[in-house]
Amino acid sequence: MQMQPDFIGEARRQAEICNACRYCEGYCSVFPALHSLRTFSEGDITQLANLCHNCRGCYYACQYTAPHEFDLNLPGALAEVRQESWKLHAWPKGFARLFDRSGVAMAALMTVAFALLFVLAQALRPTSGEGFYAYMSHGLMVAIFLPAFVLPLGVLAVSLRNYWRTVGGGHVSPADLWAAIISAGKMRNLAGGHGDGCNFEDTDRFSNARRHAHQAVLYGFLLCFAATSTATVLHYLFGMEAPYGFFSLPKLLGLSGGLLLCLGTGYMAALKLKADRNLGAASAWGGEMAFVVLLFAVSATGIALYAASGTGAVALLLPLHLGTVLTFFLLTPYSKMAHGFYRMAALTLEAHRRGSLVV
Amino acid sequence: MTKQVDIVVVGGGNAALCAAMTAAEAGASVLILETAPKAYRGGNSRHTRNFRCMHQGPLGPLIESYSEDEYFADLMKVTGGKTDEKLARLAIRTSEECLPWMEERGVRFQPSLSGTLSLARTNAFFLGGGKSLVNAYYRTAGKLGVEVEYEAAVSHLELDDGKVVWLDYKKGDQSYRIAPKAVVVASGGFQADTDWLARAWGPAAKNFLIRGTPYNRGIVLADLLDQGIEQVGDPTQCHAVAIDGRAPKYDGGIVTRLDCVPFSIVVNKNAERFYDEGEDVWPKRYAIWGRLVAAQPDQVGYVIIDAKSLELFMPSVFPPIEAPTIEDLAIKMGLPPERLRETVDGFNAACGDTSNFHPTELDGVSTSDLTPAKTNWARPITQPPFYGYSLRTGVTFTYLGLKVDDHAQCSLNARPVENLWAAGETMAGSILGQGYLAGFGMTIGTVFGRIAGREASTYANAA
Ligand SMILES: Cc1cc2nc3c(=O)[nH]c(=O)nc-3n(C[C@H](O)[C@H](O)[C@H](O)COP(=O)(O)OP(=O)(O)OC[C@H]3O[C@@H](n4cnc5c(N)ncnc54)[C@H](O)[C@@H]3O)c2cc1C
Ligand code: HEM
Ligand code: SF4
Ligand code: SF4
Repeated sequence: MQMQPDFIGEARRQAEICNACRYCEGYCSVFPALHSLRTFSEGDITQLANLCHNCRGCYYACQYTAPHEFDLNLPGALAEVRQESWKLHAWPKGFARLFDRSGVAMAALMTVAFALLFVLAQALRPTSGEGFYAYMSHGLMVAIFLPAFVLPLGVLAVSLRNYWRTVGGGHVSPADLWAAIISAGKMRNLAGGHGDGCNFEDTDRFSNARRHAHQAVLYGFLLCFAATSTATVLHYLFGMEAPYGFFSLPKLLGLSGGLLLCLGTGYMAALKLKADRNLGAASAWGGEMAFVVLLFAVSATGIALYAASGTGAVALLLPLHLGTVLTFFLLTPYSKMAHGFYRMAALTLEAHRRGSLVV
Repeated sequence: MTKQVDIVVVGGGNAALCAAMTAAEAGASVLILETAPKAYRGGNSRHTRNFRCMHQGPLGPLIESYSEDEYFADLMKVTGGKTDEKLARLAIRTSEECLPWMEERGVRFQPSLSGTLSLARTNAFFLGGGKSLVNAYYRTAGKLGVEVEYEAAVSHLELDDGKVVWLDYKKGDQSYRIAPKAVVVASGGFQADTDWLARAWGPAAKNFLIRGTPYNRGIVLADLLDQGIEQVGDPTQCHAVAIDGRAPKYDGGIVTRLDCVPFSIVVNKNAERFYDEGEDVWPKRYAIWGRLVAAQPDQVGYVIIDAKSLELFMPSVFPPIEAPTIEDLAIKMGLPPERLRETVDGFNAACGDTSNFHPTELDGVSTSDLTPAKTNWARPITQPPFYGYSLRTGVTFTYLGLKVDDHAQCSLNARPVENLWAAGETMAGSILGQGYLAGFGMTIGTVFGRIAGREASTYANAA
């Protein structure tokens, strides 16, 4: 596998400067990992890139940023490598191009999915059924969403296996995985080492805004996911079918998750508009923003659907919401969503190399 | 244009910011005039990594304790006794309360960096280094209402009747005059003015590299000394180390450091050795090599090591020059190949039993019958590939400065100047006559910056 050599080369050049300096050692996991190496293979740089949380602390603290001739911008250089590495590890290969057109792909897919679901719902409208099952049968939903959920995960598994090879990962122990989960759960690498947070929306000011926005998105997403999972369990194991009352697990989890996701993505987008694009992968900015907007759309339409229950608006809102969800699922391996998976892999490997000390 | 402010602080590094914050907290209106553009604000302070701090028990990142007497003894050792005891003890004693004071103003510390464990007890390291400290201080100063003008080069302080009456500065082509009630000078040394260095050192100084900011040109220092403000130190005194010869002329900072000398032989451009490379552990010898290299023809040295030593020291910023034979290495480095061969052979022949070699301790593995001897880590240079680095003199700062008293106040004709204080590198010579103790520069700047800010604001508030 060959990465655009200039991205790796540029990141390596900068990593070598950092290795002679070490001032940023305390900000994140990247520097201890970097300082444990003397030379940097392509795999090493790829791993460092996926470990970097783009907190930007090391940019604003760096005495060598432009106009200095050393021209350090480690968050930017690693973001380029990271983005490129997702494309390189995408499978099947032809789909890698979607990363560069996330916004367009999302809009197109969403339109198609909405239209398709709308037509299907109209054509195959069940004769009986309650709540949204009055518009689309449970069987049809499962027929569409089960493969749309499982296929992308399978595809991602192939990509992650390739990634694991590139970075020279070995056996995964549950302790390493657990350490990675704790680290991601706390977004430790966005805490800046001192807990004051990262540098994002207001140059060198540390704040936990982005970290908290991400927590809202992450936990909001997990709550929504849990809502669907509990509903599935209730449906198949207990024979309890939707619609569920307000004080049911699926509703409580789904509503709180949807609200969190909605607020989190809104906050994130606002922060992102204020941040310096050149400290990320500048060319990926549009796709990243599209992903935030997509997540916002998923949660906003979900909440709207709930609010509209019992009204005729459901006929439109249901395919709209399901269309966003379908888009989100299908593009998971080829959009910013892939970051969660690669980052978990990177954190797990880091935990392994540090002897599971990452807590 | 005239602006009305109580206090002007000249400079925008650590000492200036400490003075400005202290004065603003006391209620004075403060203007910082920083000659650098915003991207390069913070002078040499932006290159620092730690601060030496006395502590009677564990304090922040610092373990155990470091007493006033031990600190002072360490200082006496490196300065060979050329220390003003009263001011030094004032700096040392005050350093302890500075650490929490710094934290309150946004500085964050971390455990000592990898490769610097020897300093874990004595020096508190800034998380992110000096630029992050400077950034935090500018934020705090901004919140306190301190005004900052960048690219504002102060050229003259007008003295009249033992008092500063106004000062001139330039922004671009535009000249400004301002008449504050009090002035704090914190504009560093003069090392970036290589003409001045050359006047003191001879033309050799033109080949020196300046490790820190290009903006510390001593303009205000010269202006004040010319007007008879009391001086301390002489212009030949400076802190200089040997750094990678490929470093940029200015602002190369910490990464141009080379730690391989103890495992090498160092030759001059005639391929001759000139000093014991293994005299002591590197942190203790780092500083003398600046002068040793400065005394060689063309002010350049060449470090030669072989493959077995490559990984014994911290990685360098520029990769070493590599060659399969000593002769090839010599050609690549512009050294006479036969002469280098002879020097290496002579050195190798003088090496003895190397079984006690220990890279991090004085191991006594030395040469016999060789001048100059190598008294530790002397292993023959035999294992290809061979590696080379060039070495040049890198000036950290100069000592010539403004003489101040324990109120950080400057004087003229043996009388204090009513409204002029100085802090940081520009008055460090008042404390250190020569030599340097790692982390003491930031201690002086912080302690005397705070004193200057306090005194200036007391004066301005009363005026
Ligand atoms: C590479 C390097 C590493 C170092 N590491 C350490 C360390 O780890 N610990 C330590 O204690 N010390 C260290 N030092 C020494 C330390 O940098 C100084 O002792 C300290 O920063 C001095 O602070 P200062 O505020 O007096 O000067 P500076 O920080 O140099 O500030 C001087 C300011 O004055 C401004 N200025 C100059 N002329 C004018 C003018 N005419 N008008 C307006 N403004 C002007 C400059 O732009 C600058 O902002 C290091 C030095 C270097 C070069
Ligand atoms: C599983 C562990 C996860 C980790 C370690 C992780 C980490 C990160 C990090 C470090 C960033 C900021 C840097 C960047 O833009 O790449 C980020 C951004 C983001 N993450 Fe995650 N994330 C995880 C899971 C998720 C999940 C499950 C979601 C939502 C479904 C999510 C949504 C987002 C969004 C919307 C952004 C902002 C994108 C942007 O600003 O460009 N993340 N994530
Ligand atoms: S980012 Fe800059 S300050 Fe930080 S370790 Fe790298 S070179 Fe040093
Ligand atoms: S941007 Fe943040 S996470 Fe990435 S390397 Fe720099 S300090 Fe570490």
